[in-house]
Amino acid sequence: MLEIEIDGKPIQVPDGSTVMEAATEAGAYIPHFCYHKKLSIAANCRMCLVQVEKAPKPLPACATPVTNGMKVWTQSELAVKAQKGVMEFLLINHPLDCPICDQGGECQLQDLAVGYGDSKSRYQEEKRVVFNKNLGALVSTDMTRCINCTRCVRFTTEIAGEMELGQAFRGEHAEIMPFVEKTVDSELSGNIIDLCPVGALTSKPFRFAARTWELSRRKSVSPHDALGANLIVQTKHDVVKRVLPLENEALNECWLSDKDRFSYEALSSDQRLTRPMVKQGGEWKTVDWQTALEFAANGLKGIVRDHGPAAIGGLASPHATLEELHLLQKLVRGLGSDNVDFRLRQVDFRADTSRAGIPWLGMPVAAVADLNRLLVVGSFLRKDAPLLAQRVRQAAKRGLHVSAVGPNAEEWLIKVRHRALVAPADMVSTLAQVVVAVAAEKGLAVTESLAAGLPAQVSDEARAIAQSLASGQKVAVWLGSLAVQHPRAAELQQLANEIARLCGGVAGFIGEAANSVGGYAAGATPRAGGLDARAMIEQPRKAYVLLGAEPALDFADGVAAVAALGSAQLVIALSAFDAESLRETANVLLPIAPFSETSGTFVNCEGTAQSFNAVARPLGETRPGWKVLRVIANLLDLTGFAQGDSEAVRAEVLVDGKVADLDNGLGAVEAVPTAAAVGLQRVADVPIYFADPLVRRAPSLQKAKDAAVPLARMSAATAASLGIQSGDRVRVSGSGRVELTAVVDDSVANACVRVAAAHVSTVGLGPMFGELSVERV
Amino acid sequence: MSAHGLILAGVDGDRTWRLQDYVARGGYAALRKIIAEKTPPETIIAELKASVLRGRGGAGFPTGLKWSFMPRSFPGDKYLACNSDEGEPGTFKDRDILRYNPHTVIEGMAIAAYAMGCARGYNYIHGEIFEIYQRFEEALDEARAAGLIGQNILGSDFSFELFAHHGYGAYICGEETALLESIEGKKGQPRFKPPFPASYGLYGKPTTINNTETFASVPFIMNMGGNGFLELGKPNNGGTKLFSISGHVNRPGNYEINLGTPFSELLEMAGGMRGGRKIKGVIPGGSSSPVLPGDVMMDCTMDYDSISKAGSMLGSGAVIVMDETTCMVKALERLSYFYFEESCGQCTPCREGTGWLYRVVHRIENGLGRPDDLDLLNSVTGNIMGRTICALGDAASMPVQSFIKHFGDEFAYHIENKKCLVPPEVQYAGSQIYVSPSC
Amino acid sequence: MLSQESLQQIDREIAKYPSDQKQSAVMAALRIAQVEKGWLPRDLIEFVAAYLEMPAIAAYEVASFYNMYDLEPVGRHKITVCTNLPCALSGGVHAAEYIKQKLGIDFNETTADGKFTLKEGECMGACGDAPVLLHNNHKMCSWMTTEKIDQLLAELENK
Ligand SMILES: Cc1cc2nc3c(=O)[nH]c(=O)nc-3n(C[C@H](O)[C@H](O)[C@H](O)COP(=O)(O)O)c2cc1C
Ligand code: SF4
Ligand code: FES
Repeated sequence: MLEIEIDGKPIQVPDGSTVMEAATEAGAYIPHFCYHKKLSIAANCRMCLVQVEKAPKPLPACATPVTNGMKVWTQSELAVKAQKGVMEFLLINHPLDCPICDQGGECQLQDLAVGYGDSKSRYQEEKRVVFNKNLGALVSTDMTRCINCTRCVRFTTEIAGEMELGQAFRGEHAEIMPFVEKTVDSELSGNIIDLCPVGALTSKPFRFAARTWELSRRKSVSPHDALGANLIVQTKHDVVKRVLPLENEALNECWLSDKDRFSYEALSSDQRLTRPMVKQGGEWKTVDWQTALEFAANGLKGIVRDHGPAAIGGLASPHATLEELHLLQKLVRGLGSDNVDFRLRQVDFRADTSRAGIPWLGMPVAAVADLNRLLVVGSFLRKDAPLLAQRVRQAAKRGLHVSAVGPNAEEWLIKVRHRALVAPADMVSTLAQVVVAVAAEKGLAVTESLAAGLPAQVSDEARAIAQSLASGQKVAVWLGSLAVQHPRAAELQQLANEIARLCGGVAGFIGEAANSVGGYAAGATPRAGGLDARAMIEQPRKAYVLLGAEPALDFADGVAAVAALGSAQLVIALSAFDAESLRETANVLLPIAPFSETSGTFVNCEGTAQSFNAVARPLGETRPGWKVLRVIANLLDLTGFAQGDSEAVRAEVLVDGKVADLDNGLGAVEAVPTAAAVGLQRVADVPIYFADPLVRRAPSLQKAKDAAVPLARMSAATAASLGIQSGDRVRVSGSGRVELTAVVDDSVANACVRVAAAHVSTVGLGPMFGELSVERV
Repeated sequence: MSAHGLILAGVDGDRTWRLQDYVARGGYAALRKIIAEKTPPETIIAELKASVLRGRGGAGFPTGLKWSFMPRSFPGDKYLACNSDEGEPGTFKDRDILRYNPHTVIEGMAIAAYAMGCARGYNYIHGEIFEIYQRFEEALDEARAAGLIGQNILGSDFSFELFAHHGYGAYICGEETALLESIEGKKGQPRFKPPFPASYGLYGKPTTINNTETFASVPFIMNMGGNGFLELGKPNNGGTKLFSISGHVNRPGNYEINLGTPFSELLEMAGGMRGGRKIKGVIPGGSSSPVLPGDVMMDCTMDYDSISKAGSMLGSGAVIVMDETTCMVKALERLSYFYFEESCGQCTPCREGTGWLYRVVHRIENGLGRPDDLDLLNSVTGNIMGRTICALGDAASMPVQSFIKHFGDEFAYHIENKKCLVPPEVQYAGSQIYVSPSC
Repeated sequence: MLSQESLQQIDREIAKYPSDQKQSAVMAALRIAQVEKGWLPRDLIEFVAAYLEMPAIAAYEVASFYNMYDLEPVGRHKITVCTNLPCALSGGVHAAEYIKQKLGIDFNETTADGKFTLKEGECMGACGDAPVLLHNNHKMCSWMTTEKIDQLLAELENK
């Protein structure tokens, strides 16, 4: 520890602290622009100059290391004179038209200028004008306002992992820009808006939508990925105008992914379902709630009467709230059925009979920083979990060794030390090889029940991965969405558990969606021999209650889902949005509130239950989903549906607001016969901006690069063997058939074709896994 | 070109730069001796300290002391960099050293690498002198072929790889940390210090940077001993130094003289004032050192202490002589434009302030000056100096302050009368195309 | 995009630096590319960046930071005259004026026939040789009297 005195106040700070950090600790505010606690030190703005004893010149607090016994004055005459001088320089070329600037009211320069600026400018020359840049659909520029603090440049390089912005030219001509004609395409790009201390980088969707002081600010939780980023949602007249990060060091730190930040646009989409509707004689009619609810309740009653309770199935989106999921399963079970599930993209449920508890990440999110070995199995890590990937990126810079197994090797902007790029059908055997090699490295025996099926040969990649893991002290094995959606997901988990056991580490799940853990906690899975999501589709039910999902886009096999639901007598769909596949399959559409208009809870990948309140009144006649489910249950005279508020619902699920039985343990898994794969295999990702009904309808995100129409991606070798070149139109056939543009992409394992799921252009292809054939059209 | 001194002694234009000529002049004897005798590094550094060789790049920092800052037992790579980015207006000595005596720099660097345990070095050569860069590459090839640099130098277990890195037009890369950034393949924006290059330099490794002339002096110090070198100059100002004289003299060029030589003698060597005109002002150490009135300068001796006492700096030893035909406002305008143009753009006071200074001086020169402009200039320079990441901010400010201080009347006249004290035709006559009789 | 010879030259430059520091060769690589193509169009910068495995914008930062790279096309002969103070005191400005008159162009302009571009330069570290000018970045011409300028331009006219 070092002793330092700041403005006469003595404090102790750890070795290696800077004066800025010490001042923050001491509660002294030092004005600054370029300094940011999460970015490298640039010391270029010079706003933080302070007086240091014995130093002849003022020193920048952000970059000056504390030495023992140092005395610092942040507001002495020398310091303030220096700060004022810098402020004058910052303002000479900066427009002084705050009233028309989009940053007005929340501008660090404006705030500080009040305290440090002079009222009248001594600069009488012409001001500099800098041309604006096109950074893409999300970030708007007003580059004349830029003060060249380079925070944005450092963010793209250091946090987002790719230098998408630079400071070109020099001296007064220095300009922040992307490479000529490029845009900023990172899935984290919106953070540069928050980082920019002036109005140079602002939100394109929000541009001039409102002034900061007109907005009310409420806390919320992101409904998208499994990290559960904390949000500040800003509304004006019950319309969400902007979403900002709510700092939570344990989860999102001070960042948001663009999906978290910009999906709010969909909340005011004209595709919102705002009034209940009933299909009669093939025609959709708008009805009042009473009619719709009675229709639904009577319908269910009739199905139970005519076909028995097992003819009813409940299917929910993993983006639904804990409360909704709980009441759905309670409703289904109240009717006497055990057919309920929220794992709509999964197909292997063998683990259900042998799991020890609720699958989760196996560790706190923040503990990523302490890992030194990580194996990622079957994941599109960067796009599936942008902020978790960001943590891994930072840890990798400090020495975390990352390895990966799976059919995809797209750029994560993380150094991946070893990778086994194998087709989906080979993932189990590859992971088994890693088990063998880890056991050998560690000199330990493999669990007996597994030992029989292990391979004798170990590939070089598998051995390299094993050596990396075996040499670690803090080891984790993560199963990504592709592993979870895999037809042999249970075996993958078993092997991952075994690797973790051998290495003394943890195995866990990254999680597909905001409530992938919460769905289990809510009991929205079959318990007593009921049908799981796949079985409910393969063995069509007479009636379904569908919560928050679109049949064509949110299931493992959209074609099969549409067929099963379409053939049912009754489909009651609770949804915030209207959608074609809902109109096609449902009989009654009940408009329920998206996350912004209801209270609820998401349980994130680390098992933290995060509750939130509505930030706006429900749009039109929309109602909170949990209330709708409760009323249907009431109409059916079911017991246990007297909850007065969502907290009461939550209290039925969580003990002390916590999820009790997180446990990735897994017993024996019943083997299934697997035929050797022949031909090409499908690799299906769920693209970041198509992953759920909300983000699909966010117009600005839909203009981003990541929202491009899916292509048929294959390695050069695969393409060559098929006589296909980039740009060719190809017919891809599986259980269904679609036409796509092919592209050579060596990040795809050989003998595979990567075709994204969750997109209208690829739905026709059918299941996310399996064999395909490809031919030029 | 003069043929006296040490570094330039015995070199004869373009004919004697080759290895064999250098060896004939006694070159590489120092390196051979050190390697043969396995001279302890501490002995070399002690000799250097005794010589009171002060860095020839501008700051005049004692070289022996700088070398002693390099961590002895650092486990990884350590680097050496030679600063041949000479771009300070008025300075053109390193070009001649590399042109006429490149091997003395190579030998000096090899000795430095030996003394500090550096396995690799780079010579950063100013962009506009591509031909010199090519010559230095040739000299490196010669030295490499002769086993004087590279692996196992002269059969010993000492290895030192030396390469040339060519700049491409940025004055700021002469600042040592900008130079390192530039070698790393980035734009040349100086780093904040601390950490200093001795602990965090090229590629984040301990690095020592010296000027070309500094390295070139090392073999001579090793040969004549630290004291011998010191005695050539005067206490605290050891050795000889190259002075680049430009401007209104009869024979502009480089003159290597003992430190402490009177300025008047140097002026005489340079053929005296052109056309016998009266000396008006002298910038004694490169464009960023404060200008001095001619008569003050005539009383100085050419060494760090004397010039500093007179209120300026010896800097890089670039002496810009201006006679009575010079318009001091126009002279300052050109220099201010230079600093404005060359500011790297990184830190606020320099990026914004240099343009402000230039625009105000430009206005004055063009008859648009305002009564409080001189106060404004002084205040703006005050807000730049000492507040920037590197010394370019100071370098841009000192000329402004000193021109106003010594030639304030001329500025005031400009502001008041919207024209120059020195009639345009006189200015024209003084600064016409002029070719020195020595060429 | 670049000739085999240029690529070989770039490879030689890369070899000067530690193997994990390819980016160090970017200045040389841009210079070599510019010598071959006359200037640095965007796709050439992108090519160089890819060759050195560095972000394109980082290469652009370098290309736009250093004066001697040309981001816009220039004439076959680029002439850069130093007009900084030491040179100005010995005719640097006059030499530039003379060239302007002879070629009928101002600084940063190119003659209609595309042969000559004139640039104003900063200190070239050759003030003792004033007036000095640089031909195509790499050849320095010293003590440029009007006669020598005439001679040079006449020579270049036919090249
Ligand atoms: C703006 C600026 C430009 C500089 N230019 C040069 C230069 O061209 N050559 C040089 O040797 N040193 C130059 N220096 C000084 C170097 O930073 C450094 O002090 C010097 O190279 C150290 O070598 P020395 O100790 O041998 O003098 C410059 C410094 C500044 C601030
Ligand atoms: S755009 Fe904003 S964040 Fe980027 S350098 Fe300029 S002021 Fe800083
Ligand atoms: S905050 Fe310290 S220099 Fe910018």
